[in-house]
Amino acid sequence: MDTEILARIQFAFTVSFHYIYPPLSIGLGLLLVVFESLYLKTKNEEYHQLAKFWTKIFALTFGIGVVTGIVMEFEFGTNWAVYSRYVGDVFGSALAAEGIFAFALESGFLGVLLFGWNRVKPWVHLVSTIGVFLGSMFSAIWIVVANSWQQTPAGYHIVGKGMHARAEITDFWAMVFNPSSVDRLLHVWLGAFLAGSFLVLSVHAYYLVKGKFVTISKRAFKIALIVATVFSLGQLFTGHHSAEGVAKNQPAKLAALEGHFDAKAPADMYLLGWVNKEKQEVTGLKVPGGLSWLLHYDTKAPVVGLNAFPEKDRPSQVNAIFQFYHLMVAIGMTLIGLTVLGSFLLWRGKLYNNKWVLWAFVFAVFLPQIANQVGWFAAEMGRQPWVVYGLLRTSDAFSQAVSDNQILFSLILFLMVYALLFFLFIYLLTKKIKHGPYDKSTTEQRPFTQGMSDVFTNNKDQ
Amino acid sequence: METFLGIDYPTWWFLVVGGLFSGYAILDGFDFGAGAWHLFFKKEQSRRIALNAIGPVWDGNEVWLVIGGGALFAGFPVLYATLFSAMYTPFMLFLVFIIFRAIAIEFRSKEEGKLWRKTWDICYSVSSIMLAFLLGVVLGNVLQGIAIDEKYQYQGAGFFEFLNPYALMTGCTTLALFMVHGAIYLLLKTEGRLYAKLTILLKRAIIFFMVTFGITSLYTLLYIPHLSDDFKSSPGLFIVPVLTFLSIANVPRLASKKNYGYAFFFSSLTIGLLLVLVAIELYPTLLISTLNPQYNIDVYKAASSTKSMGIMLTFVAIGTPLVLGYTIFVYKTFKGKVKLDEHSY
Ligand code: HDD
Ligand code: HEM
Ligand code: HEM
Repeated sequence: MDTEILARIQFAFTVSFHYIYPPLSIGLGLLLVVFESLYLKTKNEEYHQLAKFWTKIFALTFGIGVVTGIVMEFEFGTNWAVYSRYVGDVFGSALAAEGIFAFALESGFLGVLLFGWNRVKPWVHLVSTIGVFLGSMFSAIWIVVANSWQQTPAGYHIVGKGMHARAEITDFWAMVFNPSSVDRLLHVWLGAFLAGSFLVLSVHAYYLVKGKFVTISKRAFKIALIVATVFSLGQLFTGHHSAEGVAKNQPAKLAALEGHFDAKAPADMYLLGWVNKEKQEVTGLKVPGGLSWLLHYDTKAPVVGLNAFPEKDRPSQVNAIFQFYHLMVAIGMTLIGLTVLGSFLLWRGKLYNNKWVLWAFVFAVFLPQIANQVGWFAAEMGRQPWVVYGLLRTSDAFSQAVSDNQILFSLILFLMVYALLFFLFIYLLTKKIKHGPYDKSTTEQRPFTQGMSDVFTNNKDQ
Repeated sequence: METFLGIDYPTWWFLVVGGLFSGYAILDGFDFGAGAWHLFFKKEQSRRIALNAIGPVWDGNEVWLVIGGGALFAGFPVLYATLFSAMYTPFMLFLVFIIFRAIAIEFRSKEEGKLWRKTWDICYSVSSIMLAFLLGVVLGNVLQGIAIDEKYQYQGAGFFEFLNPYALMTGCTTLALFMVHGAIYLLLKTEGRLYAKLTILLKRAIIFFMVTFGITSLYTLLYIPHLSDDFKSSPGLFIVPVLTFLSIANVPRLASKKNYGYAFFFSSLTIGLLLVLVAIELYPTLLISTLNPQYNIDVYKAASSTKSMGIMLTFVAIGTPLVLGYTIFVYKTFKGKVKLDEHSY
């Protein structure tokens, strides 16, 4: 296999693995802040226990997020040397800002969040939790800005030629607020909130189905459900906004997302489909003129299609991009359906008796994860063949100094290490879930009240 | 070229990156060092205490690496790209060990089993040793120079070229220095028998360091003459190696008086001064080409545009007090001897 393909596989693999964890940390961070604030406000010990329990799981996702993230940062230099020289001037500063403003904040307060329960006052602890949460939100800002600059470059000019050509920054704020960064950042944030809140929903739904930790789980479930409902609906808006942005700034990508070939014609929207690149047609279930309508509120409005671009300037994996994109949207719709149903049942007081719905929530934890992954796949593969859209081709961007054997070696190494990591993660996560939200010591201290409250609520349940 | 206080931006950024890497070496240095000693402690309780001595801070220490890497990428993209792709194999190994070390720390306490804990103890200690060693190896390669051509392409051959004799020596020296540093840190955080044991280990570590450091220095003077050029041309700079020696000598003196607080200060200072030495030897070059001095990458060739540098220097100015602020907060919260509770590792 050639170096370029190997470098791409390695990057895609390592970044996809990384991206399992940060969304969980960001989303759990939000819920930790909520749980802890509620504890401070109501002094209800159950919120305290929730905060402690989820902090332990947070520590797990955070730890893996950090180490796999360091891999990403180094990989720019090791595997994409030409690209790094090209973009360093522009978005190196975004990465540096990420380190200084985001990671330092996160990791600085992390020690207190994890180990400080008995050492600092509750409000100082809450401040630390907020620090960690904000840090993780900031890190999403800078990395998404950097990536968005690659999708829709702005605020730069090109100096030098050939091997020495590179982009230099001319306007920092134009770089930060490039045409796609705000839309995508919101979309990524909400995706992270969904990942986190669905994990909480899943675990507590499981306890509810099993009749364990019932009162505490109801509290947690309710809060997480509100968060998930709001952000599922929100995700539709941010996603739609992103799509409008893509139509304007990266028409070739939009055409690939919807499998639209005709250079300029009204475009349909598919709910499901299969793209045949050779025949240039899509078979599936469609809303005629749907895409035209979504973009221009007119089913007859023409939309730029793939054929408007020379063969070498358009993404080649049209069907894959199409499938990834449609899977994400389908999941988005499913999440909306599920959370709205859940909220409705909660409001009518029927949720906790409905095992089916609870089971659905137990398994729904995978949906936002899958959507997050395929969303990035669609966005990044749709950008091909460019690393920096319209400026630098992927085929020119990788490190010339690295041999295919070296990459193969590191790729195999990462495959093995990450497989182990993933296995351990799942193992420890299951263990923590089995153990449940009470510390051994606290249950021993308060066996009676704990037991009682569960018994009470079981009886007076609806 | 824009200047600030009479110093041009690339030089400022050279100082910033240097400062970040020194900070990183001092901070992660003591926790790599502490990790390197881990298998010398035999009792479960000792191992837990040693681990929890770095528990709340190691992750924050590692952030200096992340910031340093980001600063290098942003300020000297040419160097970042060239060095990292040329040193592909050691960097990949470094990453794998970083991963193993972190998960060993995280996961060790999550199960009671003997085998489980033993496996992670070994993982933790071996990866700490390897990380310290690999940092030294990369430093050795940078000091010696790398085969880069006029297109900044690495022309070296072979998977294991990075493991040349000089790099091996700097690797061992770095490991030894970190072990001294780590032992002192642990002495500050422990009591009783573990403390007594560490006083003995520290003595051995100091000897180990003196030997490796002596050999490496001699080799440098004899075989890598370009590194002492700057000192020949401006003798005033000799003050730095002299200070370094004084600082090194202070460590055993203070240790024998059991004055570990100051000893820690001087072992940190030693790391800092050694890196200042490296910086003086290199500046204004960042990466020496062994093929042709004309291909050397210096701060001006490697630097980002003035505009970009200006932006980042602003970041640094805003960021530094913040970072210092919460670093101090964390160290204050956990100061003193280690106390285990139900939230510890
Ligand atoms: C700041 C930059 C940046 C950021 C935040 C991301 N990526 Fe990316 N991605 C790149 C910068 C990049 C790149 C370096 O530019 C690559 C390498 C090769 C390429 O074409 O683009 C790339 C390629 C790339 C590919 C391979 C595409 C192909 O070769 O066809 C995938 C699947 C992803 N990325 C997935 C992700 C995921 C799941 C991310 C979420 C964390 C992500 N990317 C964030
Ligand atoms: C290629 C792209 C990426 C690079 C180079 C990268 C780099 C890093 C690095 C170096 C770390 C470790 C920081 C530390 O030591 O504390 C990290 C962790 C983290 N990253 Fe990434 N990252 C990438 C993609 C992303 C994306 C897309 C997001 C969010 C939307 C993200 C969010 C985070 C968060 C929140 C952490 C903290 C650890 C955690 O919460 O799991 N990263 N990343
Ligand atoms: C509900 C309907 C949704 C629509 C219409 C939608 C639309 C989009 C579009 C157009 C992009 C490409 C943006 C670009 O390339 O610039 C995108 C990317 C992405 N989507 Fe969605 N999305 C939806 C739901 C979701 C859900 C539910 C999640 C996760 C929980 C998600 C996660 C992502 C991620 C992580 C990306 C990559 C980052 C980015 O480019 O913003 N999306 N989405």
